[in-house]
Amino acid sequence: MLVSIYRYNPQTDDKPVMRDIEVEIPGGKDLMILDVLELAKRKDSSIAYRRSCREGVCGSDGMNMNGRNGLACITPLSDTVKPGQKLVLRPLPGLPVIRDLVVDMSIFYKQYEKVKPYLINDEPPPTIERLQSPEDRAQLDGLYECILCACCSTNCPSFWWNPDKFIGPAGLLQAYRFLADSRDTATAERLAGLNDPFSVFRCRGVMSCAAVCPKGLNPTRAIGHIRAMLIRQGT
Amino acid sequence: MKGMRSLDFDAAIVGGGGAGLRAALQLTQSGYKTAVISKVFPTRSHTVSAQGGITCAIGSDDPNDDWRWHMYDTVKGSDYIGDQDAIEYMCSEGPQTVFELEHMGLPFSRTETGRIYQRAFGGQSKDYGKGGQAVRTCAAADRTGHALLHTLYQANLKNNTVFLNEWYGTDLVKNQDGVVVGLIVICIETGETVFVNSRATVFATGGAGRIFASTTNALINTGDGLGMALRAGYPVQDIEMWQFHPTGIYGAGTLVTEGSRGEGGYLINKDGERFMERYAPNAKDLAGRDVVARSMVLEILEGRGCGEHGDHVLLKLDHLGEAVLNSKLPGILELSRTFAHVDPVTDPIPVVPTCHYMMGGIPTNINGQAINQNRDGEDEIVEGFFAVGETACVSVHGANRLGGNSLLDLVVFGRATGKYIQQELRQGVERRRATESDIEQAMTRLTRLNESGSGENVAALRSELQNVMQNHFGVFRKGEFMQEGIEKLDALRGRIAKVQLEDKSQIFNTARIEALELENLFEVAEATAIAAEARTESRGAHARDDYRERDDENWLCHSMYFPEDKRVGKRAVNFSPKTLETFEPQIRTY
Repeated sequence: MLVSIYRYNPQTDDKPVMRDIEVEIPGGKDLMILDVLELAKRKDSSIAYRRSCREGVCGSDGMNMNGRNGLACITPLSDTVKPGQKLVLRPLPGLPVIRDLVVDMSIFYKQYEKVKPYLINDEPPPTIERLQSPEDRAQLDGLYECILCACCSTNCPSFWWNPDKFIGPAGLLQAYRFLADSRDTATAERLAGLNDPFSVFRCRGVMSCAAVCPKGLNPTRAIGHIRAMLIRQGT
Repeated sequence: MKGMRSLDFDAAIVGGGGAGLRAALQLTQSGYKTAVISKVFPTRSHTVSAQGGITCAIGSDDPNDDWRWHMYDTVKGSDYIGDQDAIEYMCSEGPQTVFELEHMGLPFSRTETGRIYQRAFGGQSKDYGKGGQAVRTCAAADRTGHALLHTLYQANLKNNTVFLNEWYGTDLVKNQDGVVVGLIVICIETGETVFVNSRATVFATGGAGRIFASTTNALINTGDGLGMALRAGYPVQDIEMWQFHPTGIYGAGTLVTEGSRGEGGYLINKDGERFMERYAPNAKDLAGRDVVARSMVLEILEGRGCGEHGDHVLLKLDHLGEAVLNSKLPGILELSRTFAHVDPVTDPIPVVPTCHYMMGGIPTNINGQAINQNRDGEDEIVEGFFAVGETACVSVHGANRLGGNSLLDLVVFGRATGKYIQQELRQGVERRRATESDIEQAMTRLTRLNESGSGENVAALRSELQNVMQNHFGVFRKGEFMQEGIEKLDALRGRIAKVQLEDKSQIFNTARIEALELENLFEVAEATAIAAEARTESRGAHARDDYRERDDENWLCHSMYFPEDKRVGKRAVNFSPKTLETFEPQIRTY
């Protein structure tokens, strides 16, 4: 099958180009896109992309496949292209490209770090674990599972416009993960850090983040909860 | 080397998985200049894939649970070549270490009383094997590794650890006194090569499951630490001991947690028979992993395998009900639907034993200090060099690791190593700085690769290597097949040394990294092969058709593989725990 890949090596190329490569799919199998890339790399070892776990839990291989962000390792060909169609692979949109399908994620990580993505509880811990009811723990479901693949934030128009000021869906999902944790005591401090026109309120609720999250998470809903907390605090 | 930058640290930790991050946290908190050097962004390390949990006697499910029972199980599970002082340390320090993780924010699942949820895992017992199945594995649904790794990364962010993400270590640097003083690293993004000068160099580089064709391991598990150690002339211990996990998804190799059997799932053959009842009448599907994996292979060999080719068995979960599966095993539902095209809510998952874990590694003591042997066969500490986690062999897993013990190993010994280095740094260690020629020596391999002419393709050679290991050193082994395998590897060595690097560009050149990884895979494969052929007995994960019995007279010991003369020696197992009596070797049944 024909695979069209975004190619750019800043050392040798003036500008990026889409280059086609013919990949033989063994027995017409329904491979994952990552497997197709590995076959392509066997023919042309200079194709650069990130990958690690190959099972959708490490978040390395987020990319844009025929116009849709996702993880190459858990996206089957049959979900991406119709028979006879070309497979088109591009880097995640909106971030600077280092080479080929590898993007510079610095600003994405910076936004994550901004929300203090760690538990804050200044009371001395007990000699065993801190207790938490199953109901309180259930508040973290749908939040803690994030794998930092950046599929959501790079699919968000508000993040494209203001990647330095709008925290973006991934970072905000984590902000809420700690706001929602019954063990965390820094709610006021966390909300104060988010209470400006950009950090949270640039979310326009278009839900393009939730549409592409490979883990089925819903950052828009988490952002809604943060908004409600900020508004409640303001009244 | 002219014009080469060097970076100075008190401690350089190579690897950003659970062990590396736990060690880094300890050192950063004590104020020492610590760097984590990781070839991937830390949360992409293979710890993230751990599912079922972290085994530890925290007394949540059973308030009378006892770390000594956990120790008994671990010693028995190791088939008696786990070091009892190290196992004692791990099991007794475990609860404190797990509570610390919880205090950092790890989102453990909870019981009705608000304590950490624990589930049953294989090889667990109460009262030294006399009290029935224990329930001892602390879990965050079936995403415990993900929860643990992210929590540790977050804790390091909070403490401002220095991260060199997407930097790749190529070889150790020794000074004129033969002491490890750092390593050569490549910044993948720019291609720049740097000398990292460190007072303590800690390998937390993980496993090497990619030496086999079929593995649950991530693509990055290429044994980089072991490759570097072997090239520097240091031995590896019990490297023939490879765990085949009973439930890798057929065809894809992705893992289905043992916790799925802990929650009540079981294996069936083509007749729908729950065959583990025949092999392990008491523990059944929760016998040791080596026992379950062998039983599965026997079922397949005897014609009771499932599917068109009769080459796998089935894991049945549907009887647990959709609610339990959704709350306890959500990740398994996802993986099965994606990779097996099977919904476990209604249908069983096709599974097959798959390479999963390396019990052997760089021999260390409880402080993480690497160990060599002198000419008289006595232990000798390698100064400046530490190892922790899967790449190390401390040895708590011996010939077979129990499920849930690897995450515990990572955090207990990551922490212990951090503490020890802290103490050593406080006392003040001064070592002679590496000279230009010391560094040049360590650069030999990289220079050769960068100047390589025509040769064979990396991917093709890698496949060939993986197939040799799969066919000659799998679940069941036999002398003559292994000798054949060793010959094939011998022929591969020269070809791999002349591998071709077509793309010599600098920026994010993954072809260069893969070529370097291939050499590490080869070093680990060869050590595995030679040590496996030498151990003329069956013990734990090492099962030989030509030596079916355990041979305590000759082999109740560690194997030591010395790379310089490819010799296999022996090293005594520790049978002297500090606070309790020795667990004497028994016949191992479940």
